[in-house]
Amino acid sequence: MALEILKYPDERLKTLSEPVTLFDQALRDFVRELEQTMRAGPGGVGIAAPQVGRFQRIVLVDCSVTRKPVPNHGYLVLINPEVTQWEGMEVGREGCMSVPDYTGNVIRAERIHLVAQDLDGNTQEFDCEGFEARAVQHEMDHLDGLLFLDRLVSRRNDLFRRKVYQTQAKNTPAQD
Amino acid sequence: MRHWYMLTLVGNDRPGIVARVTSALFSAGGNLGEASMMRLGGNFTIMLMVQFEGERPALEAAVAPVAEALGLHIHLDAIEGQLHEQMEPDVRITVYGADRAGIVARVTGALAEAGLHILDLESDVGGSDDAPFYLLHIEGHAANGVEALQTALDQVARADGVEVRLRTIETLVG
Ligand SMILES: [Zn+2]
Repeated sequence: MALEILKYPDERLKTLSEPVTLFDQALRDFVRELEQTMRAGPGGVGIAAPQVGRFQRIVLVDCSVTRKPVPNHGYLVLINPEVTQWEGMEVGREGCMSVPDYTGNVIRAERIHLVAQDLDGNTQEFDCEGFEARAVQHEMDHLDGLLFLDRLVSRRNDLFRRKVYQTQAKNTPAQD
Repeated sequence: MRHWYMLTLVGNDRPGIVARVTSALFSAGGNLGEASMMRLGGNFTIMLMVQFEGERPALEAAVAPVAEALGLHIHLDAIEGQLHEQMEPDVRITVYGADRAGIVARVTGALAEAGLHILDLESDVGGSDDAPFYLLHIEGHAANGVEALQTALDQVARADGVEVRLRTIETLVG
């Protein structure tokens, strides 16, 4: 059954989520429900646990379902994910199940290296690029209480700003 | 009954225009919707959806004093539109090159013929007075697919010697 999605301006979306420490059946059950919720939303390629009011560092992504095929790892369950490397910057358009009726342009890293645990607590590593990298970054922002609204750029500036961001990226990969 | 109006204001740019116009509208009970406001050639231009209980003359009377004080031209129309009627762009196009007469008309003409519905267009002139360049930034919906647009752009690029870039937009929902 699909869970209820918190919608902005619900203040709870700004909550900082806690790491997962128990890799038990309850976690597996929750992730199954979270997946159903992601797939129930129109065009949803990802979801984060805090979007359904569970403030734990759990992210699901599935970019195998896009209109135009993109490089992807299929269905990813990312628990306690960390991005350890960033490369490149790109403007793309984002919307969010927690922000209905609005989309906007956001700058994200083009390629990321990702370390996360799976449902059994085993550590996994992924290299993601393009749309999938964007989806992971969008969902991971939810874990830190951030929405894409916090990162909007105006279309007027993005051609020029991108260069600045790339220069900065060499020294400060976090882009925050 | 609350109606939506499209309010257009244009005049010499000076500090405080947006604040004074919007506070006049707020005081009159107007509700603001989507807006585009920007400085163009030393002018400040405002296009603003305003929801207002009452008829056009009453809204015009609410804005007139501040418009007069700031030297802004007013244009006001009742519109059929609502909020949340935005169309999602699926293509982003940049064209730039040495400024040449008619380049915008040729680019947009070729794109229209190839099925582009323009949702948003901004253009600017850079460079020096004796060597200006023109830059066009468009977001739109490709009704006949992206390949038709790319073909049209490639033709314009060859004919006019401009740089063109087309990128598809896949909106992420997550
Ligand atoms: Zn989201």
